[in-house]
Amino acid sequence: MMMSLQRWLGANGQRLIVGIPWFWLALFFVLPFLFILKISLSEPQLAQPPYQDWIREFEDGLLTITLNFGNYLLLLEDDLYFSALMGSLSIAAVSTVICLLIGYPMAYAIALSPKHWRMPLLMLIILPFWTSFLIRVYAWIGILKDNGLLNQLLMGIGLIDEPLQMLHTPIAVYVGVVYSYLPFLVLPLYATLVRLDNTLLEAAADLGARPWRQFLTITLPQSIPGVMAGSMLVFIPVMGEFVIPDLLGGPDTLMIGKLMWTEFFSNKDWPVASSLAAILLLVLIIPFVVMRHYEQRANEEQG
Amino acid sequence: MRALFSRYPLLIILLLCGYAFLYLPIFSLIIYSFNESRLVTVWGGFSTKWYGELVNNAPLLNAAWLSIKIAALNATLAIVLGTFAALAIVRMRGTRGHKSLGIMVTAPLVMPEIIIGLSLLLLFVALEDLTGWPEGRGQITILIAHVTFSMAYVTVIVQSRLAHMDRSIEEAAMDLGARPLKVFFTITLPMIAPALAAGWLLAFTLSMDDLVIASFVSGPGATTLPMVVYSSVRLGVSPQINALATIMIAVVSLAVLIAAVIMYRQEAADQKRK
Repeated sequence: MMMSLQRWLGANGQRLIVGIPWFWLALFFVLPFLFILKISLSEPQLAQPPYQDWIREFEDGLLTITLNFGNYLLLLEDDLYFSALMGSLSIAAVSTVICLLIGYPMAYAIALSPKHWRMPLLMLIILPFWTSFLIRVYAWIGILKDNGLLNQLLMGIGLIDEPLQMLHTPIAVYVGVVYSYLPFLVLPLYATLVRLDNTLLEAAADLGARPWRQFLTITLPQSIPGVMAGSMLVFIPVMGEFVIPDLLGGPDTLMIGKLMWTEFFSNKDWPVASSLAAILLLVLIIPFVVMRHYEQRANEEQG
Repeated sequence: MRALFSRYPLLIILLLCGYAFLYLPIFSLIIYSFNESRLVTVWGGFSTKWYGELVNNAPLLNAAWLSIKIAALNATLAIVLGTFAALAIVRMRGTRGHKSLGIMVTAPLVMPEIIIGLSLLLLFVALEDLTGWPEGRGQITILIAHVTFSMAYVTVIVQSRLAHMDRSIEEAAMDLGARPLKVFFTITLPMIAPALAAGWLLAFTLSMDDLVIASFVSGPGATTLPMVVYSSVRLGVSPQINALATIMIAVVSLAVLIAAVIMYRQEAADQKRK
């Protein structure tokens, strides 16, 4: 029938339905990236806005274009930026793996549970996501700080004599990231696991395969598209994370998002902040392509 | 569940541990919001005084009101644009721009907020330079930024509902001579209404929650709730923020509960009809 709505809309009407969101995203999502590139190649100055345009008109009417690669050279020369990129990469990679280790059993348990249990169990995964992200990160300050709940508990049961420093360390950043991003992984994983074909498992069981072997040889390989798509949903945003390293990490927790924030808001160096953003974007293209690929595969298997 | 437990005890224990990990921090916030003592770690007796202080905190209340206004406008615009995008993606294959729209609409879902924020700010500055609009930055620029990433979430929700929708009812209406626009408003729209409601609520929440993007594209005079919370949290743990968190958690839980009851009833009614 929609064929008919389409016929009624006509080619122009359809173009409008596609075109309105298309133009919005082109203008406010894609075009801004070009400005990141442009500003990253300009020179900083003490003015508002704090960068010089490439194209300058002189009194004699001469136009000059000056490209400044200095910002990128600075990023190459100063170790700080490279360490921040590496810091983001390793924190994103390690927390994605931890999310998988915690999230896979959860998604699998929900997928195996009786049908009428699944919706409430999933709701319980999503519910924390609906409460403020900032406040969920903040909750961990009270738990992890030197006289916080966890230290008091550990001292109370006599495991330690003096408080452990957990807040403002990498451990706190990992805890915060895994806590905040876990639902992003559990949901797509669940969606993949719940659709798996059970006849293979039954056949394997009939042939005497043990549950662990069934899982490793049948369930796990079939769930790879969900694992990959979910992992990228965690990995990509964590690469640019600012709030978690800022509130839970210490001065030595270097992440590219935090550095960009400092360059922009404290140093007012828009060109360097833009070149950091450009490099981050470049790095993220690969995981983004991986995500699209596995999402499409998951959709095809579903359809 | 009992049968499952006997078959996979380890899995169930891991699931319960996972839920404990997700919920214990939230419970700790709620409990300590009723603590008399300013020190979060010392229990000084039950008290609601932090709620009283919260109600008298004018800057925070103003910021909350501004956030609610932006969030409501954002959610409304986002479901319109998101529904257009979802219709385009599911039902208008072959129209020009179909494929690029699909890519453009998934990218904001994972794009780090800090990149969206910085790039939009640079766009707004350049646009103002060229055209004089937007004059300075504030509520309008925050709204535009929020709609841009919220519509992506709405699109995903509406898209999956449209893709799994039973089309035979629409076809039947067409066969009976209903006009396309009438079919859309009396059949298609009510059928995707739950997705629209979910999308509206999600877009509202995303906007209420955003600190990073708003910090970039906001100007003087437009301070949103997360910005106020952030500057207070940076100074350390504050019982007022615990009280605020508890109120937000209560509102969200209530909304989810109501939604769950409505969905449950609808499902029960559907079952009966069958």
